[in-house]
Amino acid sequence: MKDTEIYEKLEEIFEDVFDEKIKLTADTTAEDVEDWDSLTHITLISAVEDEFSVKFSMKEVSTMKNVGEMVDIIRERSK
Amino acid sequence: MSVLSYPFNPSEILRLKRKLKRELLADGSARIKKNIAILGGSTVNDVADVLELFLLKQGIEPTFYLSEYAQYWQDAMFGNESLNLFKPDIVYVHTTVRNLERFFPEIKDSKEDAEKRLDDAKDHFLSMWRKLEETFHRPVIQNNFELPAYRILGNRDTVDYRGRTNFVNRMNSFVSEYAAKHESFFVNDINYVSACFGLDKWHDVNSWCMYKYACALEAIPYLSFNLSNIVKSIFGKNKKALALDLDNTLWGGVVGDDGVEGLEIGSETPTGQAFLEFQQYIKKNKEIGVMLTVCSKNDYNNAIDGLNHPDCALKPEDFLVIKANWEPKGRNVARTAKELNIMSDSIVFVDDNPVERENVRRSLPSAAPDIGTVGDYIRVLDRSGFFEVTTLSEDDLKRNEMYKANALREQEMHSFEDYGEYLKSLDMTAEIAPFAPVYIQRIAQLTNKSNQFNVTTKRYTAEEIAAVSESGEYIDLYGRLCDRFGDNGVVSVVIGKKEGKRLCIGLWIMSCRVLKRDMEYAMLDVLVDSCKKQGIEKIEGLYYPTAKNGMVKNLFGDFGFKKISEDDAGNTVWELDTAGYVNKNRYIKVN
Repeated sequence: MKDTEIYEKLEEIFEDVFDEKIKLTADTTAEDVEDWDSLTHITLISAVEDEFSVKFSMKEVSTMKNVGEMVDIIRERSK
Repeated sequence: MSVLSYPFNPSEILRLKRKLKRELLADGSARIKKNIAILGGSTVNDVADVLELFLLKQGIEPTFYLSEYAQYWQDAMFGNESLNLFKPDIVYVHTTVRNLERFFPEIKDSKEDAEKRLDDAKDHFLSMWRKLEETFHRPVIQNNFELPAYRILGNRDTVDYRGRTNFVNRMNSFVSEYAAKHESFFVNDINYVSACFGLDKWHDVNSWCMYKYACALEAIPYLSFNLSNIVKSIFGKNKKALALDLDNTLWGGVVGDDGVEGLEIGSETPTGQAFLEFQQYIKKNKEIGVMLTVCSKNDYNNAIDGLNHPDCALKPEDFLVIKANWEPKGRNVARTAKELNIMSDSIVFVDDNPVERENVRRSLPSAAPDIGTVGDYIRVLDRSGFFEVTTLSEDDLKRNEMYKANALREQEMHSFEDYGEYLKSLDMTAEIAPFAPVYIQRIAQLTNKSNQFNVTTKRYTAEEIAAVSESGEYIDLYGRLCDRFGDNGVVSVVIGKKEGKRLCIGLWIMSCRVLKRDMEYAMLDVLVDSCKKQGIEKIEGLYYPTAKNGMVKNLFGDFGFKKISEDDAGNTVWELDTAGYVNKNRYIKVN
């Protein structure tokens, strides 16, 4: 899957979860999105897993630093 | 909102919960507001978020208190300022098998050790339930326990005193026994919910280890929905009637085309067996007080012939209303509601045809679940919890009989030229008296169910009714009406607060099934009499308009009260001098 496709789908997910449009880049972190706290993170992770049919390991969930790293994992897993 | 109807797509609900909430809040429907305290033994945030969606859909706007992580016991036993200030209308204890961990027996335990541990676990919960009741006097909903994630003793786990399965089963019996003895204590049966969801999926390691959710995230919609059904039932938001299609819903085939002998019903064929089991399920619903009606596109005679098929479990006399004609179903459901004197949003429309369901959904607020094919019918209706039973009053058990009696009265009425003569012929007797303990549940139920003949639409829980009855600050009356066709049960309730020489009426309700019987006058006569005996000189009546209570807009005017004021919202205040009051009831013999 191409990165642009991944970002497109991710933006849809973010819009659903946060109920607002959010522009994503590789550097986007939880700091950049007002409502992105530990609780919405859970919703977000499970929505991403569901959409791309991937499963993050527990370690990945807790160490993922930004959207770029998330995209790396998705690209890797959905090959 | 179909995304919130059973069966669910859990990921979709979780992902869209904010948007769903926004849309529900913007849909303009009237909702009652309730404070719900959630005391959790694990993470509860999504449980509350999703519960909120289901409650909003069911006409309740909740505000939540959420305990800090796993502080359920501390909050219940020792309280804290924000919980006390919160004043919950309902307390929900979200504990699971995870919270039994520290009580579970060890393999090395003697039988006595293991029994001691079970007693400790029981005490832990029992002391909390007592404290909650003593502190809040509000309904408490408690999860029972799902089966454990593993069985170290294999199949012996359920038998052996050291087995966790054995321990959980015994705890669940304990929870049920307590609930059976306490009217305001309700069990959220997660043992059943987790079985339906699938125990292996329920015990999701990731959800627990990463987020401390006791069940899989995907299970939360099922858990919260099950819980929401208890809450809405307590607050009187249950559905009341089923409007059932016939062809391919209650039997296989089309009676008009296939003839009665061509229908698939009964144990002769697999399909016939499935339809028969569905009919038997519907018949059980009737026994708990659900009103059954037919809504079918058929010639009337064909419909009746079909229902008289010897293998049908349901017979024409099981139905209070039979609409079998060729008019749009939405119109027929609306008429059925009118004939039963209930709101159309109290009806569940059951039809195998998605086009008909859509027609009803478009024209009415009735529920029209997607019931799938005949093998799914029972499961979909049952899991949807439309008629969730939190109490089973004498009234529920007799409801269909009462409505049948009403139909007979109606017939009788048409044989009289003079309405007064008809009322006389009914030989009505009423029991009107201050609240008695045996009626508390029914009185609370009536305050939650009455929408039309209800001047203030104030709702009460059973505890609040008991408190009113015991405080001595109120004049409270219930009215039970009998006539020669049968007993209507408790049909009217009045509560007035004594303020010196005034009585302020906070509640005046009556069941619509006894409209135009003079029952309201009989209640007023007794009320005024009680007032006089207690030295009360003026009675104040209030009317708060809602979308549904237009019929009592001028109730106090009819009673002879004077209108004192009216504000922009249409709220009116009325007043009556008790001196010189002349009794108004002419047809009912009281007490």
